[in-house]
Amino acid sequence: MSGKTIAEKILGSHSLTGENVKVNEIILAKVDLIMSHIGTAKVFLDFQKIRPPKKRKVFDPDKIVVLFDHYAPAPTEKWAAVHDLIRKFVKKQGIKNFYDIREGICHQILPEKGHIKPGMLIIGGDSHTTTYGTFNAASCGVGNTDLFYAYVSGKLWFRVPQSIKFEISGKLPYNVMSKDIIIKIAGDYTSEVAIYKSIEFIGETMESLSIASRMTMSNFALELGAKFAFGVPDQKIVDWLKERTNDSLDLIKPDDDAIYERIYEIGVDDLEPQLSCPHTIDYVKPVSAVAGTKINQAFLGSCTNGRFEDLEIAAKILDGKKIHPDVRMIVTPASQEIWIKAAKSGIAEKLINAGAIITNPNCGACFGAHGGLLAPNERCISSSNRNFQGRMGSNAAEIYLGSPATVAASALKGEIADPREF
Amino acid sequence: MAIVGKKPIKDYEDVIRGKIWLFPDNVDTDAISPGQYLDDLDATLHHSCETIIKQFPMEVKDGDIIVAGKNFGCGSSRETAPAILQEKGIVAIIAESFARIFYRSSIARGLPVIELEKIPKQFQTGDKIELNIPKAEVKNLKSGEMLQGKKIHPILLEILKKKGLIEVLLSELKGESE
Repeated sequence: MSGKTIAEKILGSHSLTGENVKVNEIILAKVDLIMSHIGTAKVFLDFQKIRPPKKRKVFDPDKIVVLFDHYAPAPTEKWAAVHDLIRKFVKKQGIKNFYDIREGICHQILPEKGHIKPGMLIIGGDSHTTTYGTFNAASCGVGNTDLFYAYVSGKLWFRVPQSIKFEISGKLPYNVMSKDIIIKIAGDYTSEVAIYKSIEFIGETMESLSIASRMTMSNFALELGAKFAFGVPDQKIVDWLKERTNDSLDLIKPDDDAIYERIYEIGVDDLEPQLSCPHTIDYVKPVSAVAGTKINQAFLGSCTNGRFEDLEIAAKILDGKKIHPDVRMIVTPASQEIWIKAAKSGIAEKLINAGAIITNPNCGACFGAHGGLLAPNERCISSSNRNFQGRMGSNAAEIYLGSPATVAASALKGEIADPREF
Repeated sequence: MAIVGKKPIKDYEDVIRGKIWLFPDNVDTDAISPGQYLDDLDATLHHSCETIIKQFPMEVKDGDIIVAGKNFGCGSSRETAPAILQEKGIVAIIAESFARIFYRSSIARGLPVIELEKIPKQFQTGDKIELNIPKAEVKNLKSGEMLQGKKIHPILLEILKKKGLIEVLLSELKGESE
């Protein structure tokens, strides 16, 4: 019998229908953690269908995390009412892990607050739930109805995915970031390369990357279709998490003879900064091919790239300079912890002095519903993860996705610019 | 809140017939359910898929079927995407592949989704097809051509037959109390 991948091990240990799981099999598994934000409102409405009312109970309030990151604080009366409804629901259900509008983006908050541990099976009402793969957890997004089913029963069906590996080697050049690696992968192998599949990112480059840089890749992997997106299972994860939880942290490693559908080898020694061009994430060009394209807005934030190192590299590029007068630069730290660190270290001041604005931690401009929308024919360079037509406002606007360094360099010049020149 | 449709989930039927709408590869959930209108059902109904097929939101009829390329429903986990298509009258989606969250949310909502390896070039918007869901057979009623899709896993077919996961859960809870 062959060995097991990380996905097979974690799904196997959570399966209620037999531990020895096989690829493409559908299993019923218990989940360790459920995360939901605004979709909690729909879960609440579905709860009202349960009769009698005394049976309207979540399976385990301590295994649920609810927070507000989209539409936070409420931009309209309608969303205020939704928030109100969710606040009452979590109180009634005894869900103590509730983070109101003050904390930040779910995919940053859950690891920061110590909710994520290696080997967990996690579902979230947000597509980029793959991010926790960096911490050796099997985590994926689901819709509201699946959430509801798990909220009540503590279990859900899963298809056991095939696994693929991306082996990354080499040393990233100056001002080239992990975002450039993952965008390059999207360009070379398309947004379908990992549909229904579990990714394991491995290799010397991955080992050298910070936790934040790894999270960028596990996050953006969703845009490649991934179900799970594991980073390297190493001591760095344990060191990062043990500051935040007292629980035991046992890494799940794949067996040497585990079966992978394909192994992709990526070298980064000569990697140029990359951009996803309008309107798909896999329409990729090196920055040099589109440099000089005028921009109206630069967005630095999101669950992909709103972390401290992202703000830090932008501040380094913008320090003592002024962004182009025709550009609005919006910076949205991913969490309060990051915001405070940026303030204390002087990075926030550098960004503001350069002409950027800094918002409260939330999903912000990324999803086109809450601050920083684009007018027709405007163009934005963004450190987020989606450039779909209409994503950030007008259907006639254009979004280019790149690294925080590319966003900062472009804000400075008023046009798409190569961060290696700074 | 827009995330609740007004129409009840349709009863499951093994065989359905309908007019098709041909969609390209990589139709994302922002196109189906734009982020700007997540709090407004009427606006979402008005703008759904307009960037893909301009006349779709105006002309789609109850009982129509979407036939799409690869990676249908990619992007956000918002369940408003399959929900709004059901609200518009779509009764099934056939695609070369689906983004996984869209796929599982469709099953959870009782919306049949069939994978068909290659959509033939001759298929055109407006063609009538017959879809046998358990057999995953697609018959073009205009050309008579018969195509074999990938069968839905029996466990997931059961969820469809029960009109979705909410009904499954409610009947499980009912079973517990008896």
